[in-house]
Amino acid sequence: MSAPHLEAAAPTTPGTALGSPATDVAVPGTAPAPAARAHVVGRAEDVPAGEGRAFVAGGVQVAVFRLRDGSLHATQAACPHAGGPLADGQTDPDVLVCPLHLYGFRWSDGTSTGGVGRLTLYPVRETDGLLVVEV
Amino acid sequence: MGTVLGGRPAGLTTIAVDDELDDARARLVVVGNGMAGARFVEEVLERGGGEQFRVTVFGDEPHGNYNRIMLSPVLAGETHEDDIVLNSHDWYADNGITLRAGVRVERIDTAAKLVYAADGTATAYDHLVLATGSSSFIPPMAGVRREDGGLLPGVYGFRTLDETRDMLAATRRCRRAVVLGGGLLGLEAARALQGHGLAVELVHAMPHLMNAQLDAEAGAILKRSVEALGITVHLDVLATEVLGTDAVEGVLLRDGRRLDCDLLVVAAGVRPHTDVALLSGLEVERGVVVDDQLRTDDPDVYAIGECAQHRGSVYGLVAPAWEHARVLADVLTGTDPTAEYHGSRTATKLKVAGVDVATMGVSAPERDSDEFLVISEPRRGVHLSVVIRDDRLVGATLLGDTRKVAHLTQVFDRGTALPEERIRLLVDLSDGKEEVGVAEMPADSQVCNCNGVTKGAICGAVADGCGSVGAVMDRTRAGKGCGSCKALVKQVVEWAADGEVTEDPAASWYVPGIPLAKPALVAAVRERDLRSVSAVFAALAPGGKEDARSKMALTSLLKTVWGRDFVREKDAEFVNDRVHANIQRDGTFSVVPQMKGGVTTPAQLKRIAEVAEKYEVPMVKVTGGQRIDLLGVRKEDLPAVWDDLGMPSGYAYGKSMRTVKTCVGSDFCRFGLGDSTQLGIDLETRFQGIESPAKMKLAVVGCPRNCAEAYVKDVGVVAVGNGKWEVYVGGAAGATVRKGDLLATVDSPEAVIELTGRFLQYYRENAHWLERTYDFVPRVGLEHLQRVLLEDAEGICADLDAAMQRSVDAYTDPWGQDGRTPATPGQFATSLPLVPLPQVPVR
Ligand code: SRM
Ligand SMILES: Cc1cc2nc3c(=O)[nH]c(=O)nc-3n(C[C@H](O)[C@H](O)[C@H](O)COP(=O)(O)OP(=O)(O)OC[C@H]3O[C@@H](n4cnc5c(N)ncnc54)[C@H](O)[C@@H]3O)c2cc1C
Ligand code: SF4
Ligand code: FES
Repeated sequence: MSAPHLEAAAPTTPGTALGSPATDVAVPGTAPAPAARAHVVGRAEDVPAGEGRAFVAGGVQVAVFRLRDGSLHATQAACPHAGGPLADGQTDPDVLVCPLHLYGFRWSDGTSTGGVGRLTLYPVRETDGLLVVEV
Repeated sequence: MGTVLGGRPAGLTTIAVDDELDDARARLVVVGNGMAGARFVEEVLERGGGEQFRVTVFGDEPHGNYNRIMLSPVLAGETHEDDIVLNSHDWYADNGITLRAGVRVERIDTAAKLVYAADGTATAYDHLVLATGSSSFIPPMAGVRREDGGLLPGVYGFRTLDETRDMLAATRRCRRAVVLGGGLLGLEAARALQGHGLAVELVHAMPHLMNAQLDAEAGAILKRSVEALGITVHLDVLATEVLGTDAVEGVLLRDGRRLDCDLLVVAAGVRPHTDVALLSGLEVERGVVVDDQLRTDDPDVYAIGECAQHRGSVYGLVAPAWEHARVLADVLTGTDPTAEYHGSRTATKLKVAGVDVATMGVSAPERDSDEFLVISEPRRGVHLSVVIRDDRLVGATLLGDTRKVAHLTQVFDRGTALPEERIRLLVDLSDGKEEVGVAEMPADSQVCNCNGVTKGAICGAVADGCGSVGAVMDRTRAGKGCGSCKALVKQVVEWAADGEVTEDPAASWYVPGIPLAKPALVAAVRERDLRSVSAVFAALAPGGKEDARSKMALTSLLKTVWGRDFVREKDAEFVNDRVHANIQRDGTFSVVPQMKGGVTTPAQLKRIAEVAEKYEVPMVKVTGGQRIDLLGVRKEDLPAVWDDLGMPSGYAYGKSMRTVKTCVGSDFCRFGLGDSTQLGIDLETRFQGIESPAKMKLAVVGCPRNCAEAYVKDVGVVAVGNGKWEVYVGGAAGATVRKGDLLATVDSPEAVIELTGRFLQYYRENAHWLERTYDFVPRVGLEHLQRVLLEDAEGICADLDAAMQRSVDAYTDPWGQDGRTPATPGQFATSLPLVPLPQVPVR
C-alpha cells in the first residue's frame, strides 16, 4: 500500500504498542519537569472560546483550553487512556471529554470520571495577549 | 433443560459487536460464568477494560450469571429465580462481551495459548482466567450413583440453579427428605425443604452443627434451635449407603439405623473444580495454586474464586471471590499493576428464618493471651462470644441474637479500638445510649458487607443524583450480594434523600444537562428563541451550567429546529463535525466524498487517485456504503484534500443522512422493474447532509431481489413493477438486524421522495438522541406512523413537509464552506504535533 505518514512503522512512544495496558502508556510530558518554567506558547486569539489547541512548551506537548467562562486551562496533549488528541475534546466548567472514547477528566485535579488514569495539569495564564504555560 | 435464566430468544452465544471492533485488543478469556468470573468481567469493564480487551466468557451453565447465594431463598420459595439474575445474556451483548453459555471448557494448551471446549472449538487467548468454582462433594456411599456415573434419581447436590429447580419440582411429589451435611448449606436446604411441607432429617458427620464456624457449645445451642423448628438432627454419624434401585428410598447410617426418604440432598461440602487446571498441567493442590496476584504457575493464566488456592487457603464464600476479582482487574487493566491479594477475613451468616447465626474469624481462643468473652443463654437459644487478641477483635459468634453484627463486622474488618468494658461489644448496657440509628451511623461504617459499600458511598450516590433505591444499588452495588442488607440500604437512601425517593427522572431527558424531555425542550427552544447551544444552557440548564456531554446533541437538535437560522458555535460540535471528517484511533481523519447512489465517473476516480497519492493517504477503501474512503488523512491536510478533490462531503462522520445505496436497476439489469439508480441519486440529492438524532441510511433497489439491501435500511425503497414502489422503514443490518416495516406502496418516484421526507422529519422531531429508526419505529408503532404520515390523523403532514423543506434549503456543503476560511482560528491545526501515535495498521 501507499506510504504511511510517519517514518516509524511501529509506535515509537513507549507503551503505546497496540494492546498494551492503557495505564502503561507513558507519553512524554506526563511528568512535569522538577522546576516549572514559563513558556510562551502562542497568542491569546489562537484558542477560541470553548475550544482547545495543542502547543509545545519547552519540548512538552500541551493542550490549552479556553472555557466559555473565559478561564484558561492547560493539560498534557495526549489522553492517558489511549493517546487521544485532547485538544479536539469538548469542555464544560467541570470536565474535559476526550474525543476518542469519551472519557471525562476533571479540571479540578485531572482525575478521570471513568477511572482511566489522570491528566497532568499545567498552570497557564494570559499575559499581554500571549499564552504562557508553566512546564 | 428448562428455560434459560437471564437468557434471550436469539440463542445462548452472544457474539460481541463493537463500534470500533479493533483487532488490536488483547484477548481475555474467562472460564466459568459464576459469581467470581462475572464479577471480574464487571470490574474489568469498570476500569475501562472494554477498550483494552476482547472478552470471552465460557460458562458450563446455560444461564446468565446469577446470584448463587440466593439459591437458598429460591429453594425455600421466598424468592423467584428471575430476581436473582445478576448479568443477563443481554448484559453481555450490551457490553460487547462474547458469552459462550452452556459450553464447557475441557483443556487449555498453555503453550499454544488455546482453550479447548467441549463443543470442539479452540479459542485463542492472551490472558486466561479460571473461575470454575466448586462442585458438591458426594461422599463415597454405596448405591449413590447409577451405573452410568450419574446420581441415583432423587439424590441432589445443592450448587446450581438446575439442581435447585429439580429439587423444587421434587418437593411437590416427595414427603420425606434427608439432608447430608450440617453446615451452612445443609441447614439452609433442610429449612427450605421443610417449608414445602416435607419431613426433614439432617445427618451430620461431625459432633456439632456448623463445626467450621462454631465451637461445641454454640453448636449444641444451634442444634436445639434447629430441632425446635421440627428438623430431626443426627450428629456424629456417617451415611454409608443409599438405598433404592430406581429412585432413592432411604439411607443407611454407619450405626445401622435406616432413615427412609424419597429426597436426598447431599450438602457435605464442596470441592474446587480443578479438572481443567489439572489436565492443562497447572499446579494444583486443593485448588489451583495462585500467588498474590492470582497468577498460576503459568504467567498468563490466573485463577479466582472458589477454585483458587492462595497461601494455602481455599475459600467457600463469595466475599473473597470478589476481592480476587478486584485485585486481578486492577492488575490486568493496569489500573494498579502492583495490586496484591493478601487473604480474606471471612464472615458468614446463616440465611434461615428463625435461626440467626453470624460468625466471623475464629470461634474460640487459640493462644494463652487471647481474651474470650461468652454470653450463653441456652434456654433462649442465645449464644454470643468474641475472641480478642492484642486488643483487636479476631473472632465473633452471634447465635440467636444478631443485633450487634453490623458493628462487630466493622470492628473486625478495620481493627478499630475496642471498648474498655468488653461486654459492650455484645450487649447494650443501659447507660442511656440507644442503639445507633441511621442518622448517627458514621459515614465510613459499612452497610453492604458483600460489596464493601459504606454509608458515605450511598449518601454520595444520592448526592450525585441517584434518586431511587434501585439507582443507588446500581451505582454502588450495595445490596447486590446476599441481599441481607437491602432494608438498611433503603433506610440510608431515604435518610440521605430526605424522603425524596423517586424514579430516575433523567431517564426521560433528551440530553443529560437539561432537565427536559424532547418535546418540552423543543417547545422551550422555539418559545424563547434559543438559537445557539450556549443560549440553551443559559436559559434552560440548572444554574445556567454548560454540560460537555450535551453539546453535540443540542447542536444537532438546534440545526433541525432552526435550519438556516441556527447560530453555530464550533465548541458545541463534536470534533467530527468541527472538521467534517471522522476522527480515527491515531488522531488522523477519514475523508469520504459524496458519490450519489454509488455512481461515479472515470474523472472522479482519477481525482481521488491523484489526491490519495499526493497526500500519501495510507489506505483507500471501498466502503460498505458504496463509495470510497480515504483513511488516515492529517487534520491539517483536510482543506487542501477537499480542494483538490472538488467533490462535496459524503457526511460519513455525522449523525445525519449518510448514503443512498442503489442497485443498477432497470437501465442495465434484466430483472429491473424501476429506475432505482436514478431514484437513489434523487433521494441523496434531496436529503444530503440532513442532521438527525442518529445516522440515516437509505437504499433503493430495482426489484425484490434486493441487491442493495433496501429491506434493512432506515428507509428502503423497492420497485415492484407497474410503476409502484414499496417504502420500508426501520430496517437495520448493523449491530441490530431487523427487516424494515412496509410503510406504504406508492405510485411514483415523486411520491417516494415525499413520503421519505415526511417520515424522516417525523423521526427527526420525535426520536431520542442516538435512537436509530430500528428502535424508533417499533417504539412508536407502524400503525401509528401510517395514521400520522399517510392519513394525516394529527394534521401535521403539511408542517412536516415544510420543516423538511427548510432543512433541505439550509444545506450547504461543509467542505466548500470551511475549506478556504476556517470557522475558528486553528480549526485544522494539528492536535498532536510531536508524538508519533499508534497508526491505523497499513496493509
Ligand atoms: C467506512 C465504513 C466501513 C467500510 O470500510 O466499509 C464504516 C466505518 C465506520 N462505521 Fe459503519 N461504516 C460503514 C458502513 C456501515 C454499514 C453498511 C451500510 O451503510 O450499508 C453499517 C450497517 C448499516 C447500519 O448502520 O444500520 C454500519 C454500521 C455501523 C454502526 C452500527 C450502527 C447500529 O446502530 O447498528 C456503527 C456504530 C455506531 O453508529 O454507533 C458504525 C460506526 C462506524 C465508524 C464511524 C466508527 C466510528 O465511530 O469511528 C467507522 C468509521 C471508520 C473511519 O474511521 O472512517 N457503523 N456501517 C462504511 C462507510 C459507509 C459509508 O460510505 O458511509
Ligand atoms: C445454596 C448456596 C448458598 C450460598 N450462600 C452463601 C452465603 O450466604 N454467603 C457466601 O458468602 N457464600 C455463599 N455461597 C457460596 C458462594 O455461592 C460461592 O462462594 C460463590 O458462588 C463462588 O463463586 P465462584 O465464581 O468461585 O464459583 P461459582 O459461582 O460456582 O461459579 C463457577 C462457574 O464455573 C462454571 N464452570 C466450572 N467448570 C467449568 C468449565 N470447565 N467450563 C466452563 N464453565 C465451568 C460452573 O458451571 C459455574 O457456573 C452459597 C452457595 C450455595 C450453593
Ligand atoms: S469500520 Fe465498522 S465494522 Fe469495521 S471496525 Fe469500524 S465500526 Fe467496526
Ligand atoms: S483515548 Fe480513549 S478516551 Fe481518550
